[in-house]
Amino acid sequence: MVVGKSVKRIDAFDKVTGRTKYTDDLCDKSAYIAKVLHSTITHGKVLSVDTTEAEKIDGVVKIVTCFDVPKVYFPTAGHPWSTDVSHQDVADRLLLTDTVRFYGDDIAAVVAENEVAAQQALRAIKVEYEEYPFVLDVQEAMSDTAPLLHESFPNNILGHSAQSVGNYEEAIKEEGLIKFDNWYDTPTVQHCHIENHVCYASMENGRLTVVTSTQIPHIVRRVVGQALSLDWGKIRVVKPYIGGGFGNKQDVLYEPLCAYLSTVVGGRLVKIDSSREETFVCQRVRHAVRSHIITYTKPDGTFVARKLELFSNQGAYASHGHSIAAKGMGCFRQLYPCPNVEAECYTVFTNRPVAGAMRGYGIPQAMFAVESQIDDIAKGLNMSPLEIRQKNLMPVGYKDDFSKNVNYFDSFNQCIEKAKKYIDYDRKIEEYKNQSGNIRKGVGMAVFWYNTAVWPISLESSSSRMVLNQDGSISLQLGETEIGQGADTAFAQMAADSVGLTLDKVNVISCQDTDVTPFGTGAYASRQTYVGGLTIKQTGEMLKKRILDYASKLSEIDINELDIVDNNIVVTADNKVVMTVGELATTALYSMDDSRHITAESTYQIKSNAYSFGCCFADVEVDIRACKVKILDIINVHDCGKLINPQLAEAQVHGGMSMGIGYALSEQELFDSRSGRTLNNNLLDYKLSTFMDHPHLEAQFVENAEPTSAFGTKALGEPPACPVAPAIRNAVLHATGVAINTAPMTPHVLFEEFSKNGLI
Amino acid sequence: MYDIKALYEASSVEDAIKLRLEHPDAQILAGGSDVLVQIREGKRAGKELISIYMIDELRGVTLTDSGDIRIGSLTSFSHITKNEIVKKYINVLGEAVDMVGSPQIRNIGTIGGNTCNGVTSADSASTLFALDALVELTGSSGKRIIPISDFYIKAGTVDIKPDEIQTAIIIPQEKYDGYKGHYIKYAMRNALDITTTGCSVNVKLCDDKKVFEDVRIAYGVAGPIPMRAKTAEAFIKGKAVTEDTALEFSKQVLNDINPRDSWRASKAFRQHLATELAYRALKECVKLCGGEM
Repeated sequence: MVVGKSVKRIDAFDKVTGRTKYTDDLCDKSAYIAKVLHSTITHGKVLSVDTTEAEKIDGVVKIVTCFDVPKVYFPTAGHPWSTDVSHQDVADRLLLTDTVRFYGDDIAAVVAENEVAAQQALRAIKVEYEEYPFVLDVQEAMSDTAPLLHESFPNNILGHSAQSVGNYEEAIKEEGLIKFDNWYDTPTVQHCHIENHVCYASMENGRLTVVTSTQIPHIVRRVVGQALSLDWGKIRVVKPYIGGGFGNKQDVLYEPLCAYLSTVVGGRLVKIDSSREETFVCQRVRHAVRSHIITYTKPDGTFVARKLELFSNQGAYASHGHSIAAKGMGCFRQLYPCPNVEAECYTVFTNRPVAGAMRGYGIPQAMFAVESQIDDIAKGLNMSPLEIRQKNLMPVGYKDDFSKNVNYFDSFNQCIEKAKKYIDYDRKIEEYKNQSGNIRKGVGMAVFWYNTAVWPISLESSSSRMVLNQDGSISLQLGETEIGQGADTAFAQMAADSVGLTLDKVNVISCQDTDVTPFGTGAYASRQTYVGGLTIKQTGEMLKKRILDYASKLSEIDINELDIVDNNIVVTADNKVVMTVGELATTALYSMDDSRHITAESTYQIKSNAYSFGCCFADVEVDIRACKVKILDIINVHDCGKLINPQLAEAQVHGGMSMGIGYALSEQELFDSRSGRTLNNNLLDYKLSTFMDHPHLEAQFVENAEPTSAFGTKALGEPPACPVAPAIRNAVLHATGVAINTAPMTPHVLFEEFSKNGLI
Repeated sequence: MYDIKALYEASSVEDAIKLRLEHPDAQILAGGSDVLVQIREGKRAGKELISIYMIDELRGVTLTDSGDIRIGSLTSFSHITKNEIVKKYINVLGEAVDMVGSPQIRNIGTIGGNTCNGVTSADSASTLFALDALVELTGSSGKRIIPISDFYIKAGTVDIKPDEIQTAIIIPQEKYDGYKGHYIKYAMRNALDITTTGCSVNVKLCDDKKVFEDVRIAYGVAGPIPMRAKTAEAFIKGKAVTEDTALEFSKQVLNDINPRDSWRASKAFRQHLATELAYRALKECVKLCGGEM
């Protein structure tokens, strides 16, 4: 059995030695290069596009403007399609637009023989605009006087929803309650995957092929079909290895435009290779969220009534839209169940770059606000941050009525215990008492709430296919995608155990090709190991039964007495080897008497979801006059159920913690208030943290087997990024006494806050 | 792909001068870590380039007969950091250029390119200002040596004549002998970053180590070009080596510097940093000199 073992990644050798082929490596060098012309205003109308000079440039093949493309609006979110019209994603994108809604909107495209000619042409195109006022702030955008981005969304409100438990207004009348009323802000950040988005498209025999760096090949196929008004079956989407996605590639990006451009140059191969600057501005970012939380507690720290107002900055187009804010709001009600809760959230269009999915899907924002306030309350009541959490956190046995999720285990306390021990919490709380001077230390912590997969909001199904090869190995295909997280290795481990093979006998077909790969919606919502595990187990058992059926025929032993163990057909009673699976496979294929090609394929639809909980503890040192926070030590502890591959799980946590550290201390997109332009759309000025900025990242686990899951596993992809920023923020609070309610806590912010509080 | 009109490869300094006269619009290319980035951004797209990168005579650090340190303009940051002469006499410069970009950039980037760029944030520049370095330029009529403070004219503009290339940076012996220096690069992260404010200090103590004999302090990103804080320098000369002196010295720098508000940092924050860094760098220099505060 290999599930639960830290086997080597099946793609490790090729990736480390540089042999792995990514999208751009696979593109034929004869491809035309397409470049997109981006608006240099933030809000307005394109009046004219003059391409005269650009067309004269040697090597320019075709220039397409916003006035040339079909007026077909399409959605881009990487959600499963809904056959219920009211649940479908908002279709508000055109291939190229004459209405500019953010600085960098796509208004024309050049197809050229090479990149230099394409770039020269972009510089030679002249655009005339009519400019409108713009709005960047989420609450300003809701005012009656704010410029309107989309006519059908009054006050720029894309989505609004509310939840209510008990009677908040009545509850707060109780005498002796203490009120905490705070605002928290999180920034616009970008995924910063190493491989920028790249795709290429061509036509053959009336069919379009799009090869793309995506997390969601089957969804891309549907959206390209919608955007180009083509039958979905006429489109083939191929997804090779990708260099990271983190949610940006859980959106349809330039695939429809690239496909369209191929159709206007006679089906020739056309490539769009985005630059880092475009990745920051013209693709997706994480929603900046402003949260207002009011909590009424009893003097002993018991929560009596809580209120949340959450404002999510959508940017210029709908993309994943309101689902991010809604997820954040759902977490508020569940994490600290309180008898009286009023919560509402708004998702609001602004003239910022478009926000979409990003690792955590609303939860990093929610956790920053929620977990910061918990510490603010603890401080106000002079209680320990641990005590107040333990008093109010979701209890064991809690069941959410909507998702039907059940908190089966005491995960929070188990995770907190491990982290406390590692960081030596109690001793440090003592040690860091009564500090003065310029250098001060602090410990802080935060928990997080997450759930696995998207049921019951969306479809949750996954399909897999296994083919028995002549040598007794299997080939495994799945609609779910390897995006660097190690999914293929986890799938191989689960498949090996399901059939009874050793890992080397499982060949994972990593590349998804919608012409041949079974349907699956892809990498998002930390769902793949959970959902993929169910289909793999089901298909594996089907395949095993077919193998044993043939073995029974050959050996004349009843099928119920046979099993497959380590690539052998054995008699269960005494483990006697009847034959190897390899011998059986060769016979099965080439038998002159009874030839069989043994395969299995199945779809598993789940109608469940699973809580995935944990915490982060951080130990920091603040250099007050330098306005800098140094992380001395940091640990995440997760209960993501049983681990399929502990080493891969640990790596997943490291990556998420790294993102969390950037979210806490340095990363944010900055916008020019006068022009609306993104100021720092490059990796120099956008302060992604480097490993010189990281201490050792400690990852530990609590393994309570998830009952709804085939292998006892649940979400781990996104959760590691969720609790880190508030844990660091709370450590800074502990060290300095200064509550910072804005992430990231850059030196600029610390300078302001420390000055305001008299520390500088 | 880079949008380059033509590339002329100079084989010697004389050849480079000839090429400059033949192609007056051409841009000089050394390591390329700035110029190629600008071409990619479209700023210098379609230009002619004169590469001086193959001129090996412009590489290396030597101690001249007069005791001055001569650094060839094409010497890479990593070679400067590892050079024994630099380590022995002006270690502060080796440390400063070791904070530029990444290991790859430090292998390709040159001190000549860093200074010819004329930007205030160059990590070598503030230390060269603090060392009172000289810049050697070679043109058709021979060599010209000017103080680095004259070399910088304004942001992005340095004093190179149309027939010249920069051939060396010179640190005169009297400027380093007996001094200890310390550079602090303040940036938003610990690697791969541009300087928010850089502060380089050189200190010479009197024999008893109780009095500041001479102090030079220079900043990057405290104004449009690197600059010295002369009021602070004048203040501290002859003062006792004490905590109070250091604090007052650090406040005095505000009389000299002129940082601006930008989205990269506010003026108030840069002024705060300038003060704090002056204090910290001075203190470190005193320690290196064997003094106590």
